[in-house]
Order: sequence, then structure tokens, then C-alpha cells
Amino acid sequence: MRRLFPLLASVMLLVLLWLGLAQNPREIPSPLIGRPVPEIFLPALEGDAVLSHGDLQGEVSLVNVWASWCVSCRAEHPHLLALQQQGVRLVGINYRDERVDALSYLEEFGNPYHHIGWDGDGRAGIEWGVYATPESFLIDKSGIVRYKHIGPLNQALLEQTLLPMIRALQEEG
Amino acid sequence: MIVELGHYAMILALVLVLLQGSIPVIGALSGRHAWMLLAQPLVWLQSALLLLAWLALCWAFVSHDFSVAYVALHSSLDLPLHYRISAVWGGHEGSMLLWVLMLSLWSAAVAGFGRRLPLPFLALAIGVLGWVSAGFLGFTLFTSNPFERLLPPPLDGSDLNPLLQDPGMIFHPPLLYMGYVGFAVTFAFAIAALIQGRLEADWARWCRPWAVLSWVFLTLGIALGSWWAYYELGWGGWWFWDPVENASLMPWLSGTALIHSLAVADKRGGFRIWTLMLAIITFALTLLGAFLVRSGVITSVHAFATDPSRGTFILALLALTLIGSLSLYAWRAPRVAQGPNFAVLSRESLLLANNVLLIVACATVLLGTLYPMALDSLGLAKISVGPPYFELVFPLIMLPLLLLLGIGPMLRWGKHEPGALGRRVGWLVLAALLIGSLWPLLMGGWGPLLALSLVLASWIGLSVFQDLYDRWRRRLSLPPARIGMHLAHLGVAVFVVGVAMVMRFEIERDLRLAPGQTAEVAGYHFSFDAIEQVEGPNYLAHQGRFSVTTGEGRHITSLLPEKRRYHLHEMPMTQASLHRGLWRDLYVSLGEPLNDSGNEWIVRIYYKPYMSWIWYGCLLMAIGGLVAITDRRYRRRRAALQGEV
Repeated sequence: MRRLFPLLASVMLLVLLWLGLAQNPREIPSPLIGRPVPEIFLPALEGDAVLSHGDLQGEVSLVNVWASWCVSCRAEHPHLLALQQQGVRLVGINYRDERVDALSYLEEFGNPYHHIGWDGDGRAGIEWGVYATPESFLIDKSGIVRYKHIGPLNQALLEQTLLPMIRALQEEG
Repeated sequence: MIVELGHYAMILALVLVLLQGSIPVIGALSGRHAWMLLAQPLVWLQSALLLLAWLALCWAFVSHDFSVAYVALHSSLDLPLHYRISAVWGGHEGSMLLWVLMLSLWSAAVAGFGRRLPLPFLALAIGVLGWVSAGFLGFTLFTSNPFERLLPPPLDGSDLNPLLQDPGMIFHPPLLYMGYVGFAVTFAFAIAALIQGRLEADWARWCRPWAVLSWVFLTLGIALGSWWAYYELGWGGWWFWDPVENASLMPWLSGTALIHSLAVADKRGGFRIWTLMLAIITFALTLLGAFLVRSGVITSVHAFATDPSRGTFILALLALTLIGSLSLYAWRAPRVAQGPNFAVLSRESLLLANNVLLIVACATVLLGTLYPMALDSLGLAKISVGPPYFELVFPLIMLPLLLLLGIGPMLRWGKHEPGALGRRVGWLVLAALLIGSLWPLLMGGWGPLLALSLVLASWIGLSVFQDLYDRWRRRLSLPPARIGMHLAHLGVAVFVVGVAMVMRFEIERDLRLAPGQTAEVAGYHFSFDAIEQVEGPNYLAHQGRFSVTTGEGRHITSLLPEKRRYHLHEMPMTQASLHRGLWRDLYVSLGEPLNDSGNEWIVRIYYKPYMSWIWYGCLLMAIGGLVAITDRRYRRRRAALQGEV
């Protein structure tokens, strides 16, 4: 029996590692989830308007933090356009970018956003706890953050998580 | 064409290692001489094929063949030649090819030097190495094939990660892998012995040079990685208790335990079952390291691009290894005879304590590394166990080890008279206490942990010189094995001094500086003379020019830290600039510019006393290991040894 002890211990270790494989360490819970959106007042990317946290109430919106210099943002761009086609309200936060670059990026790839705030110095990014672009936050009608995704959106995520959540939130009172 | 040739060579090598894992083993079990003799030619052939495959991948990098997906992802037209070569192992797929190549080179070395071993034992050991090769080669071919094509080929590659574009990175992975892979040899020897169900009298003597050599490579690999992190990451630290660093530290700790328990098994025939166990554990820990780094279960600065199928594959390898070898162990180990008894005060008991402490240290690191994952798996919380845990627990285990390290080599095997020991170490203890407690005052500070560390380091150093003096006085011979041991132990002492001094007296300053301004850190004047744009082969950089003078105004050096922006990467890279010295390193790195006009910068200035002692300590340990394996003892044939007994 004594000789079998190492074997048993290692089997337990293996089970733990196997369970660990199923986890995703990149899924970092955001302290924002379940809370009202942080206060923001950002100049619009174009024109004199302002994007404020008030604009994130009354309708379900997906806040997407992006930049023209970010390659992963380009990868997720088609998914954003598709979401817009399906009637999802997208709000962009243009993060640490030059206005000219951001505008020509949108001209080239298309503009899926309803509103875009320009966060040239990254202040709003700090408020929102942005690790790296792109990041997306799902906001419900009363302005509460319900879900956060770090990294580019993908088809599976849209179909299995994001769209069902958006539909459900839209149906809520 | 050449790429396909490499790919075929790799597939053919897989077929050959499967044969290598079966024919000689069947031969050894059924006593067929000719089948056993096939072990060596099979090893030569598969090594040659893997070398060919590796050269084909090198060729793809040198000739910019971006139709190979791996090349396109890790190279670019502007990448200088030496980094194109190091890019061959700069990513997951290529590093696996290097891994299997090294495994086959170790197997070839065993086949070559092993002609002195009894044929059935050699055939079994080479067979086990064949299984290990088959596992890793299968992993590489099926989940991480570096030869996969990318069609249509891009016009330029996406460049090697700038962090890896550094001389330290050229040598760090090969040395580290040589260490990891080398422990497969001791594992194979242990499994071969367990299959045979008996431990030959010379078994430990056969194992020792292989274990020590792997340990030397692992020591150098880890030290080089730490040296690289120190200046390349720009954080000024040298060990971060990052899960990937821990993954290399665990086999190092258990490997250190292994080389010490092999000494007992070799000289006294003791600790034999335990040594078998350690050989298995050490190899399993190298597999665990591969799993942690390559499966994506942990986040880390080093983690390779991840893919769940890879994690599953390595986990299956780890499971096969652990379950297979530990079942064999449970079945066969009771047959292995116990060694002779020993007294409480004897070299054996000190080595036993050494082993216990090292294994506890290893378990501590394992716990700290896996605990966050365990909590996450159970859905309890997402936490990270950081340096505070390790920095609290690790010294508690290591300081007693240092105390024993000074005594161990003085003791006799079997039984040592306490009185004799007391007379011998009395003045050593006094001298060590004196040196260690006064030394910190030279630096203008004092602390109990610092003084304790320095007392123990001086204790080790003095005990080494005492033994050398003793042997010289009594006209005793000094074989390379003993010189090597002393060098490695001195290395530990030097390392401890470096760590203790840096931790206590380092000064780190983050300052706002504009060109023309001067800062004073630790009595040195750093004047920020200018900042200019410079152009590298594949990057643009802001280069700061700092001249460093002493308080009296004597010029010491000019430091040129850079903030680089590689053309194909978005992230700016920090290239620190250092002036190294025996007593202190001066370290300047550029942070962020504070405003758009670019005239004020965040500048990090570090003063690191005794920093180079850390590297010299590791180097001494490695040199000690190398000297030890030159001992003629390990090259003697069986007959000669038997004659002597």
C-alpha cells in the first residue's frame, strides 16, 4: 500500500490538471459587471457632440473599445458590422488614437457604430479597466454592465453568448 | 522541396523511434541478442533524420520561405540572420522540433558512451528513450507541425516577437531544453532497472554523469533566462515567480536532490529506491513544465500560443509516464535491496536532510503554481499567488539547507564522531559569524535576514577552504569529483551573497527627467544629456544618452537606453542599458515620454549592489558540475572496478 501512495497522489494531480485545461485564465472577471457604467464625458470622434454615460441608458448597447492601430480590431470588424445589421446598438470608444487615423479606418472598413467617443489620452480606458484593445462591454437598458469580453469577438462567441444575451436583455422591461 | 524533405525526415524518424521503443525491449525481455544489438543503429539513424529535419527548418528561415506558416509567423525580411536562426526555436512548433532533436542527441550519446553498459540494460534504456521520443515526436507532428504550409504565401512575415530579438534568447532555450531533456536519460535508466527488477551494483555510477550534465544545462538555462529577463524586460528584477519560471525551477530542485541521492547510492549503496523515485519525479516535472507552458492553463509572460488539443496531448503523455512508471515502481521497488544503516551524524543523514528540504521546496513551488488553478477549477475564485508567498516560504526552507551544506562534505560516511566535528568547525563557526555580521556594515546597513544569509554564505565558503587546506596538509588526493563539488557549493555561497545584497540594498527610482537634467542615485550622478532618434535593422528607437559620474565627478560610463518601436509590432519595447561591475550594476531604462513634445521622460534608474554575484554563482555551480563529471571514476569499466574491490 505504501508503494502505491505516489501513484494515487499523481492521479489526483492529473485530475486537477485535466480540470485546469477546461478553464480559461484569460476570462478575467471585471469588477464592473453588475454595476452602472463608469462616468464618461468624451468628445465625439467627429463633430462637436459629446458621448456621456447618459447615452448608454434606455437601450441595450454594446460598448466596443477599439483603435486604428490595433490589428485584432480589424479582425473583429466584420463581426461588428454584422451586429449592426442585426439591429444591435454599438457604441465605440476610440482608444489612444489619432482622430485622422480613426476616421480613415472607418472610411476604409465601414462604420458600425451609433456613437463614437474619442479617448485620445486613454482616460476613459482607465475608468473602464481596459487591458488591451479590443474589449467589448454589454450594457443593459438601465445602464448596468452585464458582460465583458477581452480580445476580438468571434463567430462562436456571438452565436452562443452575445446574441442570446442581447436578445434577452432587449426583452427585459 | 527542402521543407518537404525535412517533413518526411520527421515522419520517418517517428517510425524509427517506434521501432527503437519496441525491438530492443523485446530483445532484452526474451534474450534475443541480435534484436538488442539493433538499439544503437536505430538511434543513430533517427538522430540523423531529426538533424536533417531541423536543418531543413533552419533553411526555410534563412531563405525567407514564407510559404511555411511557422516561418511567416516568426520571421520577416528585415530580421537579421542571427535572429532568423534563433527564430527557428522562437515559437512553439520550432521549439518542439529542437526539443525532440535534443532528445535524440542525448539518446545517441547514451548509445555511444553506453557500450560499457551490459547490453540488456542498454537495450532497455534506449527502448525507454524511444518511447519518450515517440511521445514528443507524435506531439510535434500531430499538434504542432512546424512544416505546415501557408498558401498563398504572404510577401513578408510578421516578424519575431521583439522580446526574443536578443542575444540571451539565442542560447536560453537550447540550454534549458538540454537540461529538461537530459533528465529523460536518468528516467530511462531508472525504468530499465525497474523492468529488470534489480539494481546493478554500478547503476548509480552509470547515472551520475548524465544526471549532473543535465543539471548543468538546466542551471545554465535558467540563469541565462533570468539574466535575459533582468535586462530585457526593463523591470530590473531577475526572478518573478512566474509560473513558467517555476516550471523550470521545480525540475531543478528535484534534479539537485537527485544528484545528491545518487551520490549516496553510488558510494554507499543506500537511498536506492528513493533515487529511482527521484529520477521518475524529476522527469515527470519536466513534462509538467511542458504542460504548464504549452497548454494555456496558466497566464504568463512566456506562455506560448495555446491550443487545447496540445494541452490534452501533453497531459496524456504525463499521465502515461506517471501511471506507467509509478505502477512499475509499486510493483518492482520492494525487490530492490535496502542500503546499509547509518548513524544520525553521518554524511548520509545530512544528504537525506538535503533531499527532504529540496523536495519540500519543490512541493512548495508546485503548490504555489497550481493553487490558483485548483481554486479556479473548483469554481471558488480566481486568484494569483505572487512573490509574497514564495519570498516568505522559500527562504525558510533554503536557509537550513545552507547550514547543512557547510557540514555535509566534512562528515564521514556511516558514522562521524560528534567531538571530532566540534573541534573541526569551532573556529569556522566563529569566523563565519564575524564575517557575516560585519559584512553588511560595509554597505551601510544591517538586517537580521541579511546578516543570517551572509553568515551562512561565509560558512559555506570557509568550510570549502578548510577542506581544501586539510587535504593539502594531509597529502590526500583531490579527485575532480571533489573539486567540482566544492566549486558548485562555492557557487551557492556566491549566489546567496548576491541575492541577499540585492534584496536589501537595491535602489530603484522612477524619475521625471528632461534632457539637460541630472539625477543623483546612490551617490552616482546620472545626467540626461540628450535624446535622439536612431534606426535599427527592423525598428526605430528613441535613444537616451546618459553620462554617469561619481560624486567626485569622475566619469564612469555612458549609458544608452532605448525605447524601440519595431516596424511590424505595435508594442514599444524597452531596451535598458547597464554598466555592470563586480560590486554593483547601474541600470537605466526609458519609460514613457510625458508629453507630446517629447522633452520629458519617465526614467528608471536602478542601483543593484552585488547583482553580478547572482550570475557568477550560477556559473560556478555549472562549472563545478562539469568538473565533477570529468572524474575518471565514471569512465572505468566494470572489470577494473571489480578488480579494485
